[in-house]
Amino acid sequence: MPAVKKQPVNIIEPYVKIRNLSFSHENRKIFDGINMDIPKGKICAVMGVSGAGKTTLLKLIGGQLRPSCGSVKVDGKEVKKLSLPALYQLRKKMGMLFQSSALLTDLTVFENVAFPIREHSNLTNSMIRSLVLMKLQAVGLRGAQDLMPSQLSGGMARRVALARAIALDPMMLMYDEPFTGQDPISMAVLLKLIKTLNESLHMTSILVSHDVKETASISDYIYIISNGKMISHGTPRQISRTKDDNVVQFMKGLADGPEQFHYPAGDYCEELFQTVKGNNDS
Amino acid sequence: MKQIQQIGQQSIKSVERIGRASLFLFYIFKSGVDCIIRFRLVISQIYYVGVLSVLIVSISGFFVGMVLALQGYHVLSQFGQESTLGVMVASAILMELGPVVTALLFAGRAGSALTAEIGLMKTTDQLAGLEMMAVDPIKRIIAPRFFAGVISVPLLTIIFSSLAVFGGYFVGVGLLGVDDGAFWSQIQSKIDFNDDLLNGLLKSFVFGVIVSWLAVFEGYDTVPTSSGISHATTRTVVHSAIAILAVDFILTALML
Repeated sequence: MPAVKKQPVNIIEPYVKIRNLSFSHENRKIFDGINMDIPKGKICAVMGVSGAGKTTLLKLIGGQLRPSCGSVKVDGKEVKKLSLPALYQLRKKMGMLFQSSALLTDLTVFENVAFPIREHSNLTNSMIRSLVLMKLQAVGLRGAQDLMPSQLSGGMARRVALARAIALDPMMLMYDEPFTGQDPISMAVLLKLIKTLNESLHMTSILVSHDVKETASISDYIYIISNGKMISHGTPRQISRTKDDNVVQFMKGLADGPEQFHYPAGDYCEELFQTVKGNNDS
Repeated sequence: MKQIQQIGQQSIKSVERIGRASLFLFYIFKSGVDCIIRFRLVISQIYYVGVLSVLIVSISGFFVGMVLALQGYHVLSQFGQESTLGVMVASAILMELGPVVTALLFAGRAGSALTAEIGLMKTTDQLAGLEMMAVDPIKRIIAPRFFAGVISVPLLTIIFSSLAVFGGYFVGVGLLGVDDGAFWSQIQSKIDFNDDLLNGLLKSFVFGVIVSWLAVFEGYDTVPTSSGISHATTRTVVHSAIAILAVDFILTALML
């Protein structure tokens, strides 16, 4: 598949460097020789159809999965070669916003945001309180600090999870499908938050999503993956101009194109007649 | 041929799972130091798995003691040995029924709850979320629950056994007219602290380790779906029951 550019372009020194990454799960090849550079301090989007392996990519970057071959370097460190304590040290510099929010259900909103601070620092309760209130204020949920996660809407839960993800002021934040199932207002709030946080905290952001328009509106650079390969990458403007059929189908949301609606199967008529024949025989 | 292949695959999977469970237990014990440092985490779990099990254990203990006294009296009275009812009830309870029934109740009440809780945490990405916050879920979530179970089961066994003996006393002395002094003095003279009491407690400790281990492992290893959690919870109760009874036989054979 032709890419917009042969090699990923380093806008600034990359914070995440992925080279020749391959990953298989239960005999299914998810990635096959992917190369990516995530520039420092920028918002980088990874897009692709459902099941393309976008979440898997985040897990590989975070060290929750190990690649079959190839390398994933974060902040200059080869993730798969790190010992468990070293990996945990690296993860202190990362934040991740899960699709399901992943809030601890037996803790209040306040305690959820305070959780990583309590775990990794010896700050006094009053200092933790000030920090948590600052993070909650940033996501507009200071007033919801005493609520339990079960009392929050989907959008509010994402924002609490975002406040928790930035609690330790990470160098990099990974967003896993942050807009899925969000109403237009929540989506706009989240978009604004991601952009604001990236600019004010100078964080590197990796945004995994298949919401094309919204993601492209705040991204500095876009990677599109399909069938385990990187089919295109570039700035949003470059991506919108590409003539590649796969990219055009994805970006414009066309039903017809190289990406088939039907899962691979045998001849439809033949299968139907087989069923009819089976019924007659019995 | 295909069936042999399936049996082989199933066997390999079982051995692999046992290996994973053993490694998991090793990591839990390695996290023991962290649990001692942050003992409040264990204490809060003792409340959930232990204190909240006190009611069911107490009621069951009392009724088991009463039934044992009724049955015992029926048999012993045929030989004119009603006065030995106390020692019969106490020895059966302290060595066998106390540790075994408490562990079975614990597996049903707290073990299944532990599996479901951890399984749901896995399904809703809470465990993955902890990992990404650089918090080891085994140290923070699994080990405190495991050690809480290990501490709770012997304590619950003491409560069960005490109430069972009291239940036996209530039926034997209170309702059936066995002599009060004979009931207690027979227990005092025939029940040995080391052979009966400590061995019973040792059994309950071993059962505590087994049930807690199975419960936390099944939760951690669950397939992250609703049916996965359901199967894991069932497996915890079934495997715990079989393991308790099998290990009880081995321990009894060693202790006699």
